[in-house]
Amino acid sequence: MSRNSKLFSPLFLKLVRDLWGIRSQAIAIALVIGSGIGLFFGSRATFDSLFYTRDTYYREYRFADVFASAKRAPDRLLAEIREIPGVSVAESRVVVDVTLDVPGMDAPAKGRLISVPEESRPQLNNVAVLRGRWVDSKRPDEAVVSEAFATAHGFDLGDSVYAVINGRRRSLVIVGVGQSPEYVYLISGNDLFPDVKRFGVFWVARRPLATAFDMEGGFNDLALALAPGASEQEVLTRLDEVLEPYGGFGAMGRSEQVSNWYLQNELTQLASMGRAVPTLFLLVAVFLLNVVLTRVIAVQRQQIAALKALGRTNFEIGLHYASWALVIGLTGCVFGVLFGVGITRAMLEMYRTYFSFPELHYDPALKHLWSAVLLAIAGSLAGAFNAIRSAVRLPPAQAMRPPTPPSFKRAWIGGRWLDQPSKIILRNVIRVPARTSLSVLGIAMAVAVMLVGTGMMDSIDELADVQFDLVQRQDVMVTFAEPVSSAALFELQRMPGVESVEAMRSVPVVLRAGPRSKQTALLGLPQNPRLMRAVDTSREAQPMPTHGLMLSKALASQLGVKPGDTLVAEVREGRRPHLTMTVASTIDDYMGTSAYLEIEALHRVMQEAGTLSAALLEVDTLAGEKLYRELKDAPRVAGVALRQASIDNFNTFLKDNMSGMMGINLLFAGIIAFGVVYNTARISLSERARDLASLRVLGFRKGEISYILLGEQAVLVLIALPLGLLIGRWMMAALVASMTSELYRVPFVLHGDTHVIATVTVVVAAAVSAIVVRRRLDGLDLVEVLKSRE
Amino acid sequence: MDAAAASTQAGEPYAPTVAGQDEQPLFRARGLSKIYRMGEVEVHALRGVDFEVRRGEFLVLLGPSGSGKSTLLNILGGLDTPTHGSVFYRDQELSKASEGELTQYRRAHVGFVFQFYNLIPSLTARENVELVTEIATNPMEAADALRLVDMGDRLDHFPAQLSGGEQQRVAIARAIAKQPAVLLCDEPTGALDVSTGGIVLRAIDRIHRELGTAVAVITHNAVIAEMAHRVVSLSDGQVASEVVNASRRGVEELEW
Ligand SMILES: Nc1ncnc2c1ncn2[C@@H]1O[C@H](COP(=O)(O)OP(=O)(O)OP(=O)(O)O)[C@@H](O)[C@H]1O
Ligand SMILES: [Mg+2]
Repeated sequence: MSRNSKLFSPLFLKLVRDLWGIRSQAIAIALVIGSGIGLFFGSRATFDSLFYTRDTYYREYRFADVFASAKRAPDRLLAEIREIPGVSVAESRVVVDVTLDVPGMDAPAKGRLISVPEESRPQLNNVAVLRGRWVDSKRPDEAVVSEAFATAHGFDLGDSVYAVINGRRRSLVIVGVGQSPEYVYLISGNDLFPDVKRFGVFWVARRPLATAFDMEGGFNDLALALAPGASEQEVLTRLDEVLEPYGGFGAMGRSEQVSNWYLQNELTQLASMGRAVPTLFLLVAVFLLNVVLTRVIAVQRQQIAALKALGRTNFEIGLHYASWALVIGLTGCVFGVLFGVGITRAMLEMYRTYFSFPELHYDPALKHLWSAVLLAIAGSLAGAFNAIRSAVRLPPAQAMRPPTPPSFKRAWIGGRWLDQPSKIILRNVIRVPARTSLSVLGIAMAVAVMLVGTGMMDSIDELADVQFDLVQRQDVMVTFAEPVSSAALFELQRMPGVESVEAMRSVPVVLRAGPRSKQTALLGLPQNPRLMRAVDTSREAQPMPTHGLMLSKALASQLGVKPGDTLVAEVREGRRPHLTMTVASTIDDYMGTSAYLEIEALHRVMQEAGTLSAALLEVDTLAGEKLYRELKDAPRVAGVALRQASIDNFNTFLKDNMSGMMGINLLFAGIIAFGVVYNTARISLSERARDLASLRVLGFRKGEISYILLGEQAVLVLIALPLGLLIGRWMMAALVASMTSELYRVPFVLHGDTHVIATVTVVVAAAVSAIVVRRRLDGLDLVEVLKSRE
Repeated sequence: MDAAAASTQAGEPYAPTVAGQDEQPLFRARGLSKIYRMGEVEVHALRGVDFEVRRGEFLVLLGPSGSGKSTLLNILGGLDTPTHGSVFYRDQELSKASEGELTQYRRAHVGFVFQFYNLIPSLTARENVELVTEIATNPMEAADALRLVDMGDRLDHFPAQLSGGEQQRVAIARAIAKQPAVLLCDEPTGALDVSTGGIVLRAIDRIHRELGTAVAVITHNAVIAEMAHRVVSLSDGQVASEVVNASRRGVEELEW
């Protein structure tokens, strides 16, 4: 006879053995908690890593506070800019986009050439040289290239690429590979995703660049650092005034700088993901704990009363049942932290493909570990609250009394036309309406989470369909460095494989309506364009207005205007006129914040004839190679964008990463679905075991008693499915609304088969639970069940 | 704990205080009534009961079903409180005690035996007893308590592995292990057959004799009453009669 049982208090042993008895339910709940904690921990740790990495990077490489560009400003203007109150450092640069001819790649790429100071490293937006060395400013052909581009093409130091400058190919010899805080998110123009193969940044000596682009003694780009406490808004206003005569395009702060905007956007989403989703999971876990523990208390009423009668205090009993929840919660926390570390690693790995950082700092902070533990404890106690309260309130005199049978209301349901087992099912469903509705709600949540988890993909697909099938139907878009005459259209039309050409005129403007303003472009397109179109959320292409502007709804709401209102378009090009225009209509579109009008109308207000800034081509893909060669050498071409490349890019970036995320979502949603359904089934098994065993003794067959128990589950699931789909649609709408940004609006689309997937998953979870329960029912030890009293 | 009871040598017969002596009783209840309100209906479980239990006494409570026996026992045990009237355990007024004080009182002085055993199914016989010895100030060894009820060889068995009578004996061991001043038993043999009931009663009687514990037993079985020093009958919430047994019978002598 061992005496070591004294090592543990009997209540502790009771805890361990009782929990072991409900281990599968406990683990299911722990997994739900783990999912929540994992997402919480993972997104927090990722947020921290990203935030910390960004801040150190910005600080160490002196990311500028203000950015501005102009057509051409004289060098002497720099002194005047340095005098603006609040400016601590001002550095001028020459920045130009050129077509690149990369050896081994047919299609042209886009290169951004950025001048570097003569004597030193850049004072602002410094470059981290990862390999090789810095540019020798006396050597005209040397360049440091952005790391992503170099990696994508497998460049070695000493390799060359060719920049087409004024129709002449100039070689750039790669002496170094670097990264800059200005290009953490490496995109150009209106792209959404980095195109590592087709966009590269090159840091080159200033003098030859200035010479080639007529910038000697001048600059076209500016980076500023602000003094501590300076007002960014005032500096921006002053800077715009100073640059106005030199063709300023409008100054902007960090918040509008493209790379930083994306980074900030990602951080914001991470932060909100770290709140909303874990909250949902924890709520489900609280609900499950509540259901399971309430049931445990019901089963153990007599034990509790006996413990009290034996002199155990309410505190001891409360603590005992709180411990049930805490053990489950902390087990979940362990799962969660493991999940979380995995999620963090996966997310950081994903960010490595999106963002170029010298290194991603990974350090899961201890404070998040504590928060995770606290969260798990808080969740468990919340889940245990009801149970603890009823355990504490249970009068000890109860122990002296036989258990009272549950009270049933006479069922009005069924009448004559239902058999007895079916009546039992319905009465059980109706008997505890609160519990029934909670179970239904729990299963519905599982359906909803599934729907949202898989539904995101529908939205992304819709976005891609609209963008690539309806909006950007051109195969190639050629942009010109400067607006060109319509003669260019005929030149393009004659190039090999070109089947049709459409003109596009884009004029950079600042739109002002009262106190509100927005930097954007007026897009002039044919009245009913064939290639590049404006398509609304109902997939209808809208004609370009011949009078007034058609504003993207997002833009209209930013400016606070509606059709019929007037606004001022301050043109940032050529003569820089200020045009008063009316809002003809708005269009509810997915991408960007555009202002459209018919191209001839745009020519009229700009007082120009047939000018275009880009051309859209429809080409015979077979002729691709020849066409690209000609385009690479075309003198005024600044960029060539290929439809296929955008699609590929969209797929690699968004879809691949999304499907990774979706896998995780599916896993978690499956955990919730199974956790809820399984627990509900097990609980009603425990509640009914006695009655069912009695029925068996009365001669009912196994199938018949299974029907009673599982039929009840089936009724719950049937009610929960449509409800869950509704809740899911509602959650999806909220999620989609929260993802709206200037760059894109996520469409609210849920396909039929997504509903089917959500439904089927939950039904499968229910079926698996049913099988487990059925096996338990078949193995029901009649004597055992009937002997034991509740 | 109860120094007098604890110091009593095992096997030595214990003389209870005889009725009529004016020594302070263990329990003294005056005008006890208990009213259960269930919506409109009021159930008078007890209607003005005056009642005493003396030290070292073996008392049997008889009465028809619903006459208020369990209610009275629960109030004595500090599980319930009366609606009117007062009840004292020695100098402590239970009818005025707070919930916490009642818990403390049960912990220190009372041993309970329930009609339905109420063992914790996930604990072995020994652990069920330790549930009490762990928190008592002067307990016996759990194993010793189980040996007292002839369960010394079933220490590590779970309740599900024991028969009803064996479970009830574990429950008794659990009740006496803290060496309580009083043992309150609500139909301890109610769910048992005659001979198993006899074993259980023997166990109770042995505790009573060897430890000098006062015992109050509710039963429907008038035969058991012959073991008692005193038999109190309840009827409709009132004391109907009180009989002092001139000659107690040992359990062995009872005729079932
Ligand atoms: N919690 C309660 N709520 C309402 N009425 C109660 C409650 N407990 C007991 N009663 C009522 O009080 C009366 C006395 O009950 P009690 O349990 O004391 O009877 P008893 O003498 O022990 O009966 P039995 O021999 O059947 O156990 C009964 O009429 C019973 O219905
Ligand atoms: Mg009773």
